[in-house]
Amino acid sequence: MPSVTSTPTAGTAALADATASDAALRRFLHGLPGVDAVGLEARAAMLGTRSIKTTAKAYAIDLAISMIDLTTLEGADTAGKVRSLSAKGRRPDPTDPETPKVAAICVYPDMVATAKEALAGSGVKVASVATAFPAGRAALPVKLADTRDAVAAGADEIDMVIDRGAFLSGRYLQVFEEIRAVKEACAREDGSAARLKVIFETGELSTYDNIRRACWLAMLAGADFIKTSTGKVGVNATPPNTLLLMEAARDFHAATGTRIGVKPAGGIRTTKDAVKYLVMVNETLGEDWLSNEWFRFGASSLLNDLLMQRQKLRTGRYSGPDYVTVD
Amino acid sequence: MAFEYAPAPESRAVVDIRPTYGLFIDGEFRDAADGKVFKTVSPSTEEVLAEVADAGAADVDAAVAAARRAFGPWSALPGAERGKYLYRIARIIQERSRELAVLETLDNGKPIRETRDADLPLVAAHFFYYAGWADKLKHAGFGPEPRPLGVAGQVIPWNFPLLMLAWKIAPALATGNTVVLKPAETTPLSALFFADICRQAGLPKGVVNILTGDGRAGAALVAHEGVDKVAFTGSTAVGKEIARTVAGTRKKVTLELGGKGANIVFDDAPIDQAVEGIVNGIFFNQGQVCCAGSRLLVQESIQDELLDSLKRRLATLRVGDPLDKNTDVGAINSAEQLARITALAETGEAEGAERWSAPCELPDSGYWFAPTLFTGVSQAHTVAREEIFGPVLSVLTFRTPDEAVAKANNTPYGLSAGIWTEKGSRILAVANKLRAGVVWANTFNKFDPTSPFGGYKESGSGREGGRHGLEAYLDV
Repeated sequence: MPSVTSTPTAGTAALADATASDAALRRFLHGLPGVDAVGLEARAAMLGTRSIKTTAKAYAIDLAISMIDLTTLEGADTAGKVRSLSAKGRRPDPTDPETPKVAAICVYPDMVATAKEALAGSGVKVASVATAFPAGRAALPVKLADTRDAVAAGADEIDMVIDRGAFLSGRYLQVFEEIRAVKEACAREDGSAARLKVIFETGELSTYDNIRRACWLAMLAGADFIKTSTGKVGVNATPPNTLLLMEAARDFHAATGTRIGVKPAGGIRTTKDAVKYLVMVNETLGEDWLSNEWFRFGASSLLNDLLMQRQKLRTGRYSGPDYVTVD
Repeated sequence: MAFEYAPAPESRAVVDIRPTYGLFIDGEFRDAADGKVFKTVSPSTEEVLAEVADAGAADVDAAVAAARRAFGPWSALPGAERGKYLYRIARIIQERSRELAVLETLDNGKPIRETRDADLPLVAAHFFYYAGWADKLKHAGFGPEPRPLGVAGQVIPWNFPLLMLAWKIAPALATGNTVVLKPAETTPLSALFFADICRQAGLPKGVVNILTGDGRAGAALVAHEGVDKVAFTGSTAVGKEIARTVAGTRKKVTLELGGKGANIVFDDAPIDQAVEGIVNGIFFNQGQVCCAGSRLLVQESIQDELLDSLKRRLATLRVGDPLDKNTDVGAINSAEQLARITALAETGEAEGAERWSAPCELPDSGYWFAPTLFTGVSQAHTVAREEIFGPVLSVLTFRTPDEAVAKANNTPYGLSAGIWTEKGSRILAVANKLRAGVVWANTFNKFDPTSPFGGYKESGSGREGGRHGLEAYLDV
């Protein structure tokens, strides 16, 4: 399959005008092509019918494992839980050292230091949610302090939530400036910066048109990744809403030359689901996005299903859930 | 490393194709009276699938006579009884759908994804739908006790062999007619499997008769004295011949002929979904669809953006083995059809339209044509006027809605059209002005048994499907 290649047709500079004022931003976002819900869902469903077998399945399983942001975001999280999850992320399958490690461990800010220590030298990143996750209902200084705290504790990546209230009431520039401010708060003293993932909570934005607007808003504001959801509401990542994020990232790349990562999160539990998302990446964004630098799964239970399927492919037998670790 | 999909072929073992098949007359398979046979091949490999009896005039006589004998008792059955048979047929089709999907893919060349997800579900749905009408005819709006016509002579094309059979046979049986059906010469097998399903369902002898053969058998059937009703789906040229044949006779006729559907994309369209609709409109079934959206009319202001998106999408189409579950575009049905597509595409180039084909590797054997589009096409180009019946899209532009409507209607055909815009009022306004039997809004090639289907102008007359589809088989 040929990769999707595009040449920038309009620089980021031209898009800068779009964010000059609240009115300009509104005009730009509402001028984006609409989304036909029936057509979007039909396309996502069609891509879900691809039959991925044998060597392709083995490739997809390993790729999916390497793309997981292994997540624990519970009120009951403890240092012990984070350490055991980190151990799992470094070596997902103790019976097979060939198993790829996950992309990152995703925790609350107060657990970043623990995760960082547990993952030292492994290459597995530490991602931290921030900005009053998951509701995002806090004053901006609090959100920025939350972010700086996580970065200072060693977070490699920050998963922020947007202010859905501001977005839904049409205060786009406020959302834009908040993302900008958080992006600045991701900067480290040595001049490097944590990568910023912007969570839309697509289930709360409700319409596909809103989701597309939110994508462009975040990409213009400097998001490194766009992410569907927190995993804390009724509707999280779905194939159609993730496809929509991918189309936005594809179009943004065509317009600006800037590559943006995509992360569906919440509700992806099975190998079958994960493979469907990878097919979507392959046929929408192309192979340039097929690495954990540009695509992630936000998931907790997905990993064990991938490991069981991996064992099944390797040994020809399905061993069952007692042969993967519960962490 | 790229994500290469490993081959995922559907198993051929689910279908058992016998080396030879006879004609299905009066509930029995029999050889042609003169013993003639022809071969049917798999278009994707050119492998011979089976030898099939070639019906001659004596066989047409025998089939029509069998249908005539069966007509009395069949039409006298209470509607609810006829409905039972149709429900039974519908259920058997569902039960055997995997087998029939593989068979159809082998004989026709279309991808298994389409036969599995489109053809077979629609075939079963059509029988279920008309089964429901069988005992409700007096409520259909054609009088208190509408009567059937008698023996229906039906001739169907090769593009949707089993689906066209369903469109023809289901309403005919529901209304109490009996049937002699001739499938296309290149795709006879699924109709013969359907004959077996009729036996499995216990359908009385002679109610359905299947005659395989070429155009001569079709012509003999249409011209036969004993036929009361002619239903034809196929080319406009043959349709005109049939209209001449039946002119001045008692025969009632419905014709579903060619098309050159316009897919109109306005500048406020949902672009990504419009691209999918365009692809589905012209590359579904390799473009061998009478209602294909073979003319893309795009508003000038978004032409470049839309074409870039479309070409990028076409580059991801998977062309190849039709039995592979991941194949999007399969084989052209016959060498003859491939030659016609090739010739028309060459004419397009010779007349100055710019040709672009999706980068794809075509298999060495079989009949293949890469998904192709022509840009810089004007109304005067052959590729904008003639039905190509292949995976070839002609791209034209317009500036205003009036111009779009004028260009869309500027064709001798009038079967289908599509409108892409986010503005609901524009959909209604434009749809009202389009001279096409079916107008899709923000979608394309969507079918449902409840929806009537048929053409304006040289795309034919009469409607199939829905309540309207009953009328063609009733004496009203």
